[in-house]
Amino acid sequence: MRHFSYTRAETVSEAVAALASDPQAQILAGGTNLVDLMKYDVAKPGSIIDINKLPLKQIDELPNGGLRIGALVSNTTVAYDPRVQERYPLLSSAILAGASPQLRNAATTGGNLLQRTRCYYFYDPSTPCNKREPGSGCSAIGGINRIHAILGASEDCIATHPSDMCVALAALSAVVEVEGPQGKRDIPFADFHRLPGDRPESDNTLAQGEMVVAVRLEGNHFAGHHTYLKLRDRLSYAFALVSVAAAMEVSDGKIVELRVALGGVAHKPWRDMLAETEFAGQPAEEVTFRHIAQRLLAGAKGQGQNDFKIPLAEKVIVRALKQAASGRPQVQSVKAIQ
Amino acid sequence: MDLSSQSHTAATCPVSLTINGEKRSFDLHPWVSLLDLLRGQLELTGTKKGCDHGQCGACTVMIDGERMNSCLKLAVSLDGAEITTIEGLGTPDNLHPMQKAFLEHDAYQCGYCTPGQICSAVALVKEGHAHERHEIREQMSGNLCRCGAYTNIADAIEEVMAADKAAPVREAAE
Amino acid sequence: MFNSSKVVGLPLSRIDGPLKVTGTAGYAAEYSAPDMLHGYVVCSTVATGTITKIDTSAAEAFPGVVKIYTYENRPKAAWRDSKWKDEVALPGHPLRPLNNDRILFDGQPVALVVADSFEAARDAAALVQVTYEAGEPHTDLAREQGDSYVPPVPRMQAFMPPKPRGDSEAAFAQAPHQISAEYTIEGEHHNPMELFATTAIRHEDGSYLIHDKSQGSQNSHDYICNIFSLDPETVVVRNSYVGGAFGSGLRPKHQLFFAVMASLDLKRSVRVEMSRQEMFYLTWRPTSIQTVSLAADDKGHLQSVMHHALHATSRYEDYQENVANWSGLAYKCDNVTISYEIAKLDVPTPGDMRAPGAATGITALETAMDELAYEVGIDPLELRVINFIHRDQNTDKDLTSKALHACYREGAERFGWSERSHEPRSMREGNELIGWGVATGIWEAQMSPAEAKVRLSSDGKLTVSAAASDIGTGTYTILGQLAAEAFDLSLSDVTVKIGDSSLPKTTVEGGSWTAASSGTAVQVAAKMVIATLLKAAQKIDNSPLAKATEEQVEVAEGRLVLETNHQVGIALSDIMAAAGLDEIEEHAKIEPDKSIQKKYSAYTHSAVFVEVRVDEELGQVRVTRVVDAVAAGRILNPKTARSQILGGVVMGIGMALHEEGMVDHRTGRIMNHNLAEYHVPAHADIEEIDVIFVEEDDDKASPIGVKGLGEIGIVGVAAAVSNAIFHATGSRIRSFPITIDKVLGATALESETLQ
Repeated sequence: MRHFSYTRAETVSEAVAALASDPQAQILAGGTNLVDLMKYDVAKPGSIIDINKLPLKQIDELPNGGLRIGALVSNTTVAYDPRVQERYPLLSSAILAGASPQLRNAATTGGNLLQRTRCYYFYDPSTPCNKREPGSGCSAIGGINRIHAILGASEDCIATHPSDMCVALAALSAVVEVEGPQGKRDIPFADFHRLPGDRPESDNTLAQGEMVVAVRLEGNHFAGHHTYLKLRDRLSYAFALVSVAAAMEVSDGKIVELRVALGGVAHKPWRDMLAETEFAGQPAEEVTFRHIAQRLLAGAKGQGQNDFKIPLAEKVIVRALKQAASGRPQVQSVKAIQ
Repeated sequence: MDLSSQSHTAATCPVSLTINGEKRSFDLHPWVSLLDLLRGQLELTGTKKGCDHGQCGACTVMIDGERMNSCLKLAVSLDGAEITTIEGLGTPDNLHPMQKAFLEHDAYQCGYCTPGQICSAVALVKEGHAHERHEIREQMSGNLCRCGAYTNIADAIEEVMAADKAAPVREAAE
Repeated sequence: MFNSSKVVGLPLSRIDGPLKVTGTAGYAAEYSAPDMLHGYVVCSTVATGTITKIDTSAAEAFPGVVKIYTYENRPKAAWRDSKWKDEVALPGHPLRPLNNDRILFDGQPVALVVADSFEAARDAAALVQVTYEAGEPHTDLAREQGDSYVPPVPRMQAFMPPKPRGDSEAAFAQAPHQISAEYTIEGEHHNPMELFATTAIRHEDGSYLIHDKSQGSQNSHDYICNIFSLDPETVVVRNSYVGGAFGSGLRPKHQLFFAVMASLDLKRSVRVEMSRQEMFYLTWRPTSIQTVSLAADDKGHLQSVMHHALHATSRYEDYQENVANWSGLAYKCDNVTISYEIAKLDVPTPGDMRAPGAATGITALETAMDELAYEVGIDPLELRVINFIHRDQNTDKDLTSKALHACYREGAERFGWSERSHEPRSMREGNELIGWGVATGIWEAQMSPAEAKVRLSSDGKLTVSAAASDIGTGTYTILGQLAAEAFDLSLSDVTVKIGDSSLPKTTVEGGSWTAASSGTAVQVAAKMVIATLLKAAQKIDNSPLAKATEEQVEVAEGRLVLETNHQVGIALSDIMAAAGLDEIEEHAKIEPDKSIQKKYSAYTHSAVFVEVRVDEELGQVRVTRVVDAVAAGRILNPKTARSQILGGVVMGIGMALHEEGMVDHRTGRIMNHNLAEYHVPAHADIEEIDVIFVEEDDDKASPIGVKGLGEIGIVGVAAAVSNAIFHATGSRIRSFPITIDKVLGATALESETLQ
C-alpha cells in the first residue's frame, strides 16, 4: 500500500473541495473495494478523504412516492429497509445476491456504484491493463477472460462492472445525485457508468471533484412483477457470470411496461430502453421473452473463454422474465432456480 | 486546530476505539487496518487473517454491533466505534452459547476460520433474517471453511437459534 | 478385541476445542518477541527467465525498512543439495530461495523485505523493482504432452506402475463392451485458511524458538539446522496449532527459510507471514490428463483395464504420486496395463494434496466405471459389486480387511439407491434434472515409525507427548483418549503435548497415518508404564500381584488390578509411594510390523453416493445430498472422524465443480490467485452430508485397529458428482472442474442429439 495523507471530512462541501483540489485524492466510505485495491497496489491515492462522518446515512421519502437513499447508507440497510422491500423488492433482492453479509454491512450505496471491475489483470499490477495503466494494453483479450464482457467492449478493454445492486438500480431508472465544485447535479443511472471505448480508465461520468451524495428512486409499479436472477461459479459469495434484473407491469397477459438490465456482461449494467418500449403490448410469454433476450444480446461478442455467456445470458433473461411475469421472483437464499 | 480537517502525511492520527468494552486511544498511521491493529499492537490474535482482502471472512468482528471484515477497515476510519472480537464473546472457562455449540457440534477442525465463523454466527442470530437452514447457509457464506465444517456449523447455529427463541442469548461483553 | 472401551470410540469433543472457539489457540504468526522484525516476500511476475536487475533503492529508503535481501546479498546457506532435502523431499534439486538470478516459475521468491512493522515491509516490498529477461513459458500440460517421461528416479517404488498382467489389449479388443476416454483435471491449490507463517524468536544466547506453520515440527527443525549449520540442540520448532494444511505443509516452505535467515543475519526475532496470493505459488495438486480404457463381458465382469496417467511437475523436481495404480487393485481383472508419466512445466513443484494421486486417479477410474455400466446396461453400483475382489492383484497380497460390501450396502440403503431409475434424464423436479451417482473410494492404510512418551504422575494424571501434529485432524484428542483408556481415566485427566520438535520423534502428519502410528506408540508407552507399575507393585511385601504377568493386569479405578478379578490389586498411588516415585514415564518406539506388511496390503475404502440437481436450461449444478459410507477400521472418536470425512467430501465437491488455477499460458502466470476468484465451496454450496462408518475389524493394518481418515473422505467424490451429473443430464463431462460453461456446452450437444 502506498502511503497517503488522511483527512476526515465534516461536510460534503469540505469533502468536495478536498477532492477537487487534489487529483490524487480518493474518497473512503465503506472501504470494501478501495482498501482492497490499495492493498493490491492497484489504487494508489495520495490522500484519502474519509467521508464516514458526513450526514448521508438517511433514506428519505420523496413526494412522488419514491425514496432518496443517502450515499453512506449501507447495502444491508437498503436491502432490509421495509420501504425498499415493499416498493423496490428488486433492489433488495439484487443487493442480497451480492457479496456477503459482512461486506454488505460495510459497503455503502455510493461505494457500490463506484466499485471497480474484477478483471484478473486489472487486479494484478504486474500485467498490462489499460484500465489501470492507460496505454499499457489489455491482457484479458486473448487471455483468461471467462468472466469478461460480451457486450459493449472495446479493443482496449473487455472488463465488466461487478455490481449486483447497480443492475437493479439501472432497471429501476434510478437517478444519481452528485455534488461537485460546480454544485449539485443529477445523473440518470444509464448515463452514470460508461462503456470503455478508448478511455477504459474511466468507469463513470463523474467529473473531477464530484462525489455521489444520494441515489433517488421514482415511484413504480413493479413490486409484483420482478426478479433478480444471478448465475455464478459457486452458489454464493461470487461475482456474476450473468445476472438479470427484470421488472414488468402486466395487464391482461400483455406487457405494459418492461425493464431488463443485465449484469456481468458489460462495462456497465446493460439496458436497451428502446427495445423495452418496443415490446410493450406484446404477450407476456416465452416467445416474447426469447425475442427480448435476442434483441438485448444483439451484437454480443465472445472473447473465447466467455463465449458461453452469450447462450447463457439468453437463457437467463428468458427465465428471469418468466419469473417476473409470473410474480415469482428468485429468493436469493433458495438456490434452485424457479 | 480542528483535528478532523487536518491532513496527516506519514504522521499518525488519533483514534479512539472501544474494544471488547474497554475504551482505548491510539495514534495510528492511516494505513493500518483494524485487523492488523488487533493482531499486531493489541495482540488480540483471535481475529484471523486468511486473505486480507475480504474474500474469506476469517477476520470477521462486530463493529458497532454489525459483522464486518476487519481487514478492509482502516482503523483510523473507525474513530469512536465499538468493536467486539472473539475475545469479547467468551473465554475457555466461560464460553458464549455459540462457542459452546461450536464445540459440541465439532463445527471446526483446524480452528483458523472459527473465530470469524462464530462472530458471524452470533451476528446472524441477532440480525434475525435467517430462520430456515438454507437461509443460515446463505447468510454464513461470507465465511469460508477449507476444512469443510459447514454442516456442523449450520447445526451449531440452528441449536443456538432454537435456544435463543426460548430465551434470548446474552449480549456480548459490554 | 476393542470392545470394552470407556473413552476410545466415544464421540468426545476436542480437547483443544475451548481454545479454538475462543481464539486463544496460537498459530504460527501469533507469537511475538521484543523488537521483532517483519519480513515480506517479493515474488517473481514471470514464469521463466532471468533477473537482469533488482533496484531496491526506493524500498530501502522507505521508513521502517531494515534490510532487503536478494540473490545478490543473500547470506550463505548450505552448499550441498543434500542439506536442503527435507524428510519428504523429492527426486531433483530442492528450491533454494534467492539462490541465483534464474526464474523457474511464476511467483518464485525474488526478494525479502525486512522492516520494523508488517505494514512497512509490505509497502516497501511493492517498491522493489525487478527487471527480467523473460523466457517463453511452458505451462500448458496439454501442449507439453509430447515431452512426458517416466520418472527416472522413483519417489517411492510403490508409485511406479505394477507389471502388466494378462494381455489387456487383446482382452479389450475381444470384449463385447468397451469404453475408452480421456479425463483432465485442472490444477488445484490447497489454500488452507491460515496463511503460511514463521515466527523465529531469537534468545539472547542465540538459541531459537521457532513457530512454524508445518505438518511436521521436526522436519522444519532438521531442515533449518541443516541449511544454516545450526546446533540442533539450540533450536526448537513448534507447530502447536496448524490452521489447515491438506498436504501443503508437509515440506518446509520458504517463509521458514526467510525468517531464520534474516534472524541469524540481523540477530533479531523475525516473523514472515505470506500473503494469500503467495500461497498460490507454493505447491499444488498438479494438472493431470488420464486415459482409461475398460472392457467387460455381457454380465459386466471386467475383461481389461488400461489406465495411463500424466501429470505436471516442475523444472527442478520430479513430483510423483500414485495416480493410476488404483486401477489395478480396485476391481477383479486379470488383464491390466498401467502406465504413468510426468511432464516438466515452468511451475512450482506440485505437492501432495489431500489423497494425492487417488483423488485424481480414482476420479478418472470411477467415472470410467460409470461409463462402462451404461455401456453394459447395468446399475453402476451393481457393476462395482460384480467386480469386487478381496485381494490386491497389483502386489498379489491378501488384504488386512475390506468391508467395502458393507459400505455399498449401508450407503445405498441410507441414500435410497434402490429408488433410482437407471435412464439418464429420467428424474426431475421443477426446472431441475435430478441425478444420482456413485463411486468407490480407496486409500492406503499406512503406518510410519513413531515414538511417544506417557508419564503417570503421583496425582494420577497422565501426560502424553510426541512431536506429532494436529492440523485439524483431532490428534490431540485421540492420543488423549488412547492414554486415558489405558489408565481408566477420563479425557480431562490427560494432558497432550504435541507440535514440538523436542518431543519424541514423529514423522510429518500426512497420508492418514498419524492416528495409527502415534496412536500405537501412545498405547505401547502406556503399557510400558503399566509394566513398570507392576514391577514396583511386586516389590511390595505380600503383594497381591506378586505372580501376575503384564498380560494379566490392567488399571481400573486408580488401581492396578487383575483383569479377571478387580478385587485383587493395589492403588497406583500406593505403588508409587512404596517405590518412592513421583512419576513414571516411559518412551515407546514403534515400527510397522514388516512381517504383516510382507503378507498383506492395507487400504481404507468408501462408497460415495451423490445427488445433484442440474437446472436443465441454465446448467447450474447443486449437490443436494451426499452419503459417504466408509470402512476405516476402528473409529477412535466418531465425532472428529466424521468431521474428517465431511471435510474430504466438501473438498471433493470443490474438485468436482469449482477449483482450478487459471493460468495465462502466454505468460505462465496464474491469474485467479485469490479466494474471490479461486472458488472453494462456500456454505451455500454444501447441503446434506451423511457419513457412515461401517463395522470393520482389522488387527493387522495397525496394532490399535486404526486405518486413518484424513484422505479417504475426498476419494471418489468428484467421480460420484460427475456420474450424478451424467445421470441427471445424459451428458458425460470428463473435464474437471465441471463449471457451468461445460454443463451448458454438453447439454446443448445432448439436446441436439435428442432432437
